[in-house]
Amino acid sequence: MEEEGERILTQFVSETGETTGDPFDLPVNVTTEKLQLICNAILQKEEAVPYSFFVNDAEVTTSLEETLKTQKQETEKVLNIIYQPQAVFRVRAVTRCTSSIEGHAEAVISVAFSPDGRYLASGSGDTTVRFWDVNTETPHFTCKGHKHWVLCIAWSPDGRVLASGCKNSQILLWNPDTGKQVGRPLTGHRQWITALAWEPLHSNANCRHLASSSKDGTIRIWDVVLGTCLRSLSSHLQSVTCVKWGGEGLLYTSSQDRTIKVWRAEDGVLCRTLQGHGHWVNTMALSTDYVMRTGAFDPTKASHVYRTVTETAEELSKLALERYNSVKGTEPERLVSGSDDFTLFLWHPAEDKKPVARMTGHQQLINEVAFSPDTRLIASASFDKSVKLWDGRSGKFITTLRGHVSKVYQVSWSADSRLICSGSSDSTLKVWNVKAGKISVDLPGHADEVYAVDWSPDGQRVASGGKDKILKIWRR
Amino acid sequence: MPQNEYMELHRKRYGYRLDYHERKRKKEAREPHERAKKAKMLTGIKAKLYNKKRHAEKIQMKKTIKMHEEKLNKKRKTDEVPEGAVPAYLLDREGQSRAKVLSNMVKQKRKEKAGKWDVPIPKVRGVSEQEVFKVLKTGKRKGKAWKRMVTKVCYVGEGFTRKPPKYERFIRPMGLRFKKAHVTHPELKATFYLPIIGVKKNPNSPLYTQLGVITKGTIVEVNVSELGLVTQGGKVVWGKYAQVTNNPENDGCINAVLLV
Repeated sequence: MEEEGERILTQFVSETGETTGDPFDLPVNVTTEKLQLICNAILQKEEAVPYSFFVNDAEVTTSLEETLKTQKQETEKVLNIIYQPQAVFRVRAVTRCTSSIEGHAEAVISVAFSPDGRYLASGSGDTTVRFWDVNTETPHFTCKGHKHWVLCIAWSPDGRVLASGCKNSQILLWNPDTGKQVGRPLTGHRQWITALAWEPLHSNANCRHLASSSKDGTIRIWDVVLGTCLRSLSSHLQSVTCVKWGGEGLLYTSSQDRTIKVWRAEDGVLCRTLQGHGHWVNTMALSTDYVMRTGAFDPTKASHVYRTVTETAEELSKLALERYNSVKGTEPERLVSGSDDFTLFLWHPAEDKKPVARMTGHQQLINEVAFSPDTRLIASASFDKSVKLWDGRSGKFITTLRGHVSKVYQVSWSADSRLICSGSSDSTLKVWNVKAGKISVDLPGHADEVYAVDWSPDGQRVASGGKDKILKIWRR
Repeated sequence: MPQNEYMELHRKRYGYRLDYHERKRKKEAREPHERAKKAKMLTGIKAKLYNKKRHAEKIQMKKTIKMHEEKLNKKRKTDEVPEGAVPAYLLDREGQSRAKVLSNMVKQKRKEKAGKWDVPIPKVRGVSEQEVFKVLKTGKRKGKAWKRMVTKVCYVGEGFTRKPPKYERFIRPMGLRFKKAHVTHPELKATFYLPIIGVKKNPNSPLYTQLGVITKGTIVEVNVSELGLVTQGGKVVWGKYAQVTNNPENDGCINAVLLV
């Protein structure tokens, strides 16, 4: 930039591509803080929302000038500045282990916080489901009922029931307040349960329906109040690995027969089969996963003292729908799938059976994928010891997070989409800063492989469990 | 002494006596009576012996009956839960080797300090100096006898250069030098061919340790980085100790057990 005070014609564009306001010229050396102010003024927001700005996919970190230097720019054209609103709150990285709670007599296989982060449950190889008091970090209830390893647990989106599936193909339901079993055991699968998915809160206020996938190749939809199986969907040829209940009334299932199938949940009709993967499909994630998981609970309104829920189910459902719509935006739901063929696929499963993008780069199978809560990023955990970040919209590769010395089993996003926590077979958890693409905190402490990691939706704590039979809670 | 199975042959040719089965049945039916009579009649040492024999027979009988019952009974499924629970995402991958066992660093360090290991072979046969060293006569008249040749397997470090012959007291022959060992992981029951890093301790003499003589019972340090063991801190373990379990000088290879 030869002359001082050079100006450039710019235009603010939202991330979906709509222009905002009129083009106007800005001095080139405008900083991000000033851009924030301008953007907030144009959008006429009452509260200042933090934004990040992008010019031709490059983020403006310090000032526009710095970013423009790195790329060729035609000064005649209007420069499009894409703005992305960031979470108004900030989750601070967990840095220390506040408690390691013994109790399970076998490996802790699954760990999950309730949608409002108030309860914590874990399933273990000792056939019990345990509830933990997150405030005092002590055991709360031990729920016996299963006959075999508890493989997966899932909270209902209103946070009133926990479903757990075991290797004996039984599904039990638990009340987190009393630790007692609710309703009848749901039996019908012939082999172990691989995944559970509740109907989202916004489509059903009562949280009545639960989908479960099993090794026997079927998916069953249950009515948890009556304790009956509504329908059994069998079209997969091999073990079903993952099931997700979408926000549009669709059910997505991935299987080891290399396909992903889309079903209409209400009548069980197979809508389409997504083909593309060359090997087992291990995992899937929906762009709206996080908002559907948290339901009516808003992470921005999290507080240390848990509020008792006073709203009726309908109000909560309405709230959930609002949140769902705001997160989903105008675009359809996106689905990302990770496979044993070392690739990920990005789909628009509600509309098209063709993939949007094929994401290659991993050198080993992909064990878990997760969309960030703001749906902009995808994190994939792989056995090649790395976590990779991808653009959630286009599937473009962003960066690789290296640091683990062994297979990465699980990843979990913080509610503000700025941090990731990954658990690995090397017995550590690592917290990654997404923006910098670097490790933020290394959390050693487990004595063996870490099988399950969950970041509570209120951002306060991370819970992890592993082969060493100990449940650890990490806090800032 | 019968020279052949003539009775069987006869039976095969002419069949059983017509009353054979009847007689047999009667004989069997009579047997308990005879037994009872005998048991009543016998006295003294004979009775003692007889009763003992009968007692053993009865036990055997009961056992057999029980065994048959067990075989016939349809077993109920055992409620026992197998150990080694793994998450659903690893269930179909059980076949894949997961060569990783926890290393308890603290314990190992403590042991290292004490200089004691809880080793697989606690007692080692003493190996005398005469056995290990062969005296080499030197000098024009072969009158000097200060040079020694090691007759056991040795590990010689990477950067070792021989001293000039005048100063070299111990010769470690090239043919008996080893760089790698077959190390068995006792828990994984798997054997790996791993490079040796050093000789930690030869229990026979500190001199052997210094020279790197490897005999049965010697503790060697091996490079386990390819096993992928991980510490609690999440770092890859590089070196680990192993105890030699064979006589390398006899076998031409080193077999060792990893100390975990």
